[in-house]
Amino acid sequence: MATHPGGLTAVAPFRTAPSSAVSVRDLIRSFGPKGVLNGVDLDIAPGEFVALLGPSGCGKSTLLRALAGLDHDVRGSGVISVPERVSVVFQDSRLLPWDTVLGNVTLGLREHDAETRARKALAEVGLAGREKSWPHELSGGEQQRVALARSLVREPQLLLADEPFGALDALTRIKMHGLLRDLVAAHRPAVLLVTHDVDEAIALADRIVVLDSGRVATVRTVAPEIGGSAAGTPTDAAGHEALRRELLNDLGVEPAASR
Amino acid sequence: MSAAAVLDRPAVEPHQDPALAGRDDVRPTGRRLGPGRRHRLAWLLGPGVLLALWTVSSATGLLDPRVLSEPWTVVATAGELLADGRLQENLAISAQRAGLGLFFGIVVGALLALFSGLSRVGEALIDGPVQIKRAIPGLALIPLLILWFGIDETMKVLTITLGVFVPIYLQTHAGLRGIDLRYVELAQTVGLSRAAFIRKVVLPGALPGFFLGLRFAVTGAWVSLVVVEQINATSGIGYMMELARTYGQTNIIVLGLAVYGILGLISDGAVRFLERKALTWQRTLAG
Repeated sequence: MATHPGGLTAVAPFRTAPSSAVSVRDLIRSFGPKGVLNGVDLDIAPGEFVALLGPSGCGKSTLLRALAGLDHDVRGSGVISVPERVSVVFQDSRLLPWDTVLGNVTLGLREHDAETRARKALAEVGLAGREKSWPHELSGGEQQRVALARSLVREPQLLLADEPFGALDALTRIKMHGLLRDLVAAHRPAVLLVTHDVDEAIALADRIVVLDSGRVATVRTVAPEIGGSAAGTPTDAAGHEALRRELLNDLGVEPAASR
Repeated sequence: MSAAAVLDRPAVEPHQDPALAGRDDVRPTGRRLGPGRRHRLAWLLGPGVLLALWTVSSATGLLDPRVLSEPWTVVATAGELLADGRLQENLAISAQRAGLGLFFGIVVGALLALFSGLSRVGEALIDGPVQIKRAIPGLALIPLLILWFGIDETMKVLTITLGVFVPIYLQTHAGLRGIDLRYVELAQTVGLSRAAFIRKVVLPGALPGFFLGLRFAVTGAWVSLVVVEQINATSGIGYMMELARTYGQTNIIVLGLAVYGILGLISDGAVRFLERKALTWQRTLAG
């Protein structure tokens, strides 16, 4: 277990249960006078897929950025414990435009077999043969797949994804859900997926945490027959609809008539 | 050119389709707003037109040879000066001065830009003085440089260097500061070291700015060269022209101008060639 360097967050190795990959206690973050996170507690078990759901402005991206160690200039307090190897996937693919696809995947890898592993990761996301392409030559979905390859080639113990499919069209998004599910099944990282899409959360996560006004409002488990990261087609359509209504209710949205 | 080929798909324009010509509810589609496909030698068109104008007005007697020599006289003069070796000799000296000044200016400008762009201390120390230097016309420093270094080569190269490093610094620094913060975050999440961050993110990101500065710098080097060679020199193209002025030899003056022009065109073309090779990843209007 490692804690991010910097003064804001204290190291507390003994309060972390050894069975959890991520442990957040009483996390407070604020921009100016306004509190964005007002005391968040969160645990993620190794290999567990957690979706963080909430309306925009509820602090879900702030929480993810805190876990990624990207909140240098943000005021706050609390205890964060994350694994050694953390990968982040952003909403934009964030590929360096001046580097090839392969160069982007190997970015920051120090091992001598980095290139071999990067080629393997690219094959895994279905982009074998595109190693020498420039990012701008790829479609949005392909760019995001390169970003996935870049994050998985590091064999992360924790994968942080900040609305990774938010900028993709609906069809591509569904394909990417399948790809992400397969990749997570193969690599078994703990995952924290930030999303505002209820259906995406149900389709992918084992557990859904709803954040509201900087606090954890509700936590709901997704049964395997409804959705989640486990393989297999969901069978319980009624249960799916019920969970969907509950989540929309948690989010303060009046669910539309059953489809 | 593969990207350009994709953009150059044939567009069906309804106003050219006879079946749709009469309808006013159909508007042309697929009209391109960018400037279109590049032509390899298109840049020669403008200079070619100027040359043609010059030739025609000289041949028709519209242009007095005492005002501006005829193109063929200039070519003949070039032949004579090449034959007795004066042109090569002066050209070599001029090229050496410009080359040295350019080299030192690029090195100094790029290093200062990196130092100033990557650290707050560097910025506080360097950016102010460079902005002050920018406000002083480079040629106004010549009297002081002559007092300090005399009129030998050091003064000449230094004058050119001082003119060159400013645009290199300004554009590289702007390019560096313009690097998207998102890439800096990315570098952090993939655990890049400081050295790798500079090599993988900062330098490639600042390269477009550097090349823009380089184009200004190359032009600036020739401008400074003309001045230092016409004020106090005993060799070089500028000296050759200055000497010709005292004898009223318009043809040599025009030849000198033509040489400067050709040198400027060639060097700008070379920089643009380098830029296209180094920035193949860019997809811009220039194509």
